[in-house]
Amino acid sequence: MEQNPSLDSQVRQKVVQLTKFYQQDKTQLLAMLREIQSEFRMIPGPAIDYLAEELDIPRIQVEGTASFYHFFSSKNRGRYTVYMNTSATSEMAGAAAVMLAFEKAAGIKFGQTSENQQIGLFTTSCIGMCDQEPAALINDFVFTHLTPARVEEIVKVIKENGSLQSLIKSGEGKNSSALVSAEVKNNIRFKGPVFFTDYAPGEALKVAMESGSLEVIEAIRKSGLRGRGGAGFPTGQKWGSCRATDAESRYVICNVDEGEPGTFKDRVLLTERPELIFEGMIIAGYAIEAKQGIVYLRSEYSYLKKYLEQVLEGLRSQNLLGRRILKSRFSFDIQIKLGAGAYICGEESALIESAEGKRGQPRNRPPFPVVSGYLHQPTIVNNPETFGCAAKIILKGSDWFKKMGTSASSGVKLLSISGDCEKPGIYEVQWGHTVREILGFCGATEVLAVQVGGPSGNFLSEKEFDRKICYSDLSTGGAFTIFSKKRDLFSIIHNHMEFFTKETCGFCVPCRAGNTLLLKQLEKVMIGNGTALDLKKIEELGLLVKKASRCGLGQSSPNPLLTSLKNFPEIYQRVVRQDVDYMSQFNMEFATSDSAKVANRKPNLEIGD
Amino acid sequence: MEQGHIKINIDGREIIAKEGQSIVQAARDNGIFIPTLCDFKSLQPAGTCRMCLVKVGERYVSACTTIVSQGMSVENESVELKENRKSLIEMLFVEGNHMCPSCEKSGNCQLQALAYRYQMTAPRYPFSFTQRKIDASLPYLVVEHNRCIQCLRCVRGVKAKDGHDIFGFIDRGGAIHISVDTTDTEAATEVIAQKAMDICPVGALIKKGGAYRVPIGERKYDNEVIGSDVEKERDKV
Repeated sequence: MEQNPSLDSQVRQKVVQLTKFYQQDKTQLLAMLREIQSEFRMIPGPAIDYLAEELDIPRIQVEGTASFYHFFSSKNRGRYTVYMNTSATSEMAGAAAVMLAFEKAAGIKFGQTSENQQIGLFTTSCIGMCDQEPAALINDFVFTHLTPARVEEIVKVIKENGSLQSLIKSGEGKNSSALVSAEVKNNIRFKGPVFFTDYAPGEALKVAMESGSLEVIEAIRKSGLRGRGGAGFPTGQKWGSCRATDAESRYVICNVDEGEPGTFKDRVLLTERPELIFEGMIIAGYAIEAKQGIVYLRSEYSYLKKYLEQVLEGLRSQNLLGRRILKSRFSFDIQIKLGAGAYICGEESALIESAEGKRGQPRNRPPFPVVSGYLHQPTIVNNPETFGCAAKIILKGSDWFKKMGTSASSGVKLLSISGDCEKPGIYEVQWGHTVREILGFCGATEVLAVQVGGPSGNFLSEKEFDRKICYSDLSTGGAFTIFSKKRDLFSIIHNHMEFFTKETCGFCVPCRAGNTLLLKQLEKVMIGNGTALDLKKIEELGLLVKKASRCGLGQSSPNPLLTSLKNFPEIYQRVVRQDVDYMSQFNMEFATSDSAKVANRKPNLEIGD
Repeated sequence: MEQGHIKINIDGREIIAKEGQSIVQAARDNGIFIPTLCDFKSLQPAGTCRMCLVKVGERYVSACTTIVSQGMSVENESVELKENRKSLIEMLFVEGNHMCPSCEKSGNCQLQALAYRYQMTAPRYPFSFTQRKIDASLPYLVVEHNRCIQCLRCVRGVKAKDGHDIFGFIDRGGAIHISVDTTDTEAATEVIAQKAMDICPVGALIKKGGAYRVPIGERKYDNEVIGSDVEKERDKV
């Protein structure tokens, strides 16, 4: 089938070199595929054959993995590949104009690669830059605050085969360091007692190793620390269960697959406080008697990898990581594994599958990862913020931590605030603030809606702004997205439902088929073809998707619809037909949307008066 | 009660289950039918189809992936769950292209049979009219993607002689589909084609030749409701 013998031999050579470098380690399949994609700008068919052969895994499994991830492609994506972020905050900041500028300058449409394969234009889900949109990734370089004028400049350099690095503006804090050199801002607005204070690596670890591993778990349990990724599972209990499971080896995984649109605090933590996060992992490793830690870093943050590796090297040279830590008998090391574009990998069992070099499909649970996780060994998977909190708890004591926040939600929370406000960025706040107070902190006025917890969280209207950010009320991974009164809530809900239809892994029926149907139903309502019956159908279907889906993605994916139906019924009432009980699915404008696309017009989905 | 046996309760009926069994297995042993599409005999349960959605306490779980525990109380045939199952069947019908009258598997198809059991007249959701491929390139096997429900039975159950995978999942989300490794020599054998057709609950995997040997009207579910074989055992238990 392969028509280019020289390409075939190049691919073969590359695969042999890679599999040798990674010592035929199957769990490194993603890393190998990443390098192949990077070199050939695609995953050529023969690469799959050779990888299967060299790694001794069925060809169909290699193909399954390669086809699962967004940043892998079976077609050439161009020497320079633009991944434009199309999340709601990016669109609000003017992504449409930026995309038009890209298309005009490159002479191709999004979804295409130029004929000379110099440039490819693609869209992607949230890249964690919501406070500096519109943003895009080009060959792993982050570009923020894009404007049409800047796009022209960028495409010019691309056409001349120039250096992207030369286009990068200086970033803030560690972003400007040589190994990162990204034009990313930290926007740390509120510094609190846990994360952004003076910190000396190793102190907490010394305390931990002086007190003993069971005491560490007890201290974490007593502090009331709960998982900061969103699910809020008690951390001490997780560590305790993992340790209590008999096994040959145990693993500590740090979940940096920060994919929930609207959250970006892990990015800032990893940029400014990586030592603290790693120290928390080492302490966890000591507590559960693990020898290996893995940082699962989302592909979108791959620009941090070299820098993080240097930080790890620094910890090793201080004897805080590696063999015989602090001259004890405890050895523990950390490796970084990169994802390749899949929101679902934030789900811990999907993350584990992905870290093993497979498709990022969630596992059936039980067994839970603390019993059978990475390579079927007991594993704890925690958010970076959780590890950071844990290190500080060990250093300063459970009581110190427990005094902050509320009785049921102890400590602080990092909020990622973006959208319509004066000061978007990172806020370290104690648990228990009301939504209204936080809106005051970040300078948001004329607010129509706040989304707490990203698309899988809650849309709140003004009536609910006195609710509190805490586990017993508004539990959140920290995304706090603000929409002012000038925004069209429908376009945001639509954006989020589209996000879920793109990001569902497709494994189970309700999430795969149900979300697509929900999106269709929403579009029917948006184009003025809905009735009260359609709203009822959305609600019924949404509830079914929530209860029948296999993992957290499907169990929360209808939330943009369900929570907006509940809190903003008026926007729906405004567009549904009141004069009839039933409308068919057919709508002329919608039906002609394909031809509108061919004619290079956006389908007119706006509702007339 | 024997060692290793526990008591659970399904829809108010107390039954004896073996430790380590799934709810589906325990129910089946006691003459209670919980509908499944992806669950199949001794295969590792996948939990893709969600047909076996039951309520345990306040939680909804798939009965094929949930292991029984002492005193567990399971809700199975409630109005709500029956309605949910019907909805899931309808979702599958609109997601693919299921033309029963022209399908070789009609009458032996478990999706069709479940639609009859749950009295589906027409799906309440809009059809997707998706475009899917038919791969007839192998000598004995036709892969009819229009009818595939991505249950993973073939992926889990049809393997090469040495146990390696021939079938697999490709892509993700709405584009997800099963695929056969056509470069694998065993994929081209009659044995694999027969196994694939036998394990497939719908008409997605068809062995070439002999499709209408048993005439429509005389096939398994033409004359019996799916699950009635299980329920017949109920009186004997």
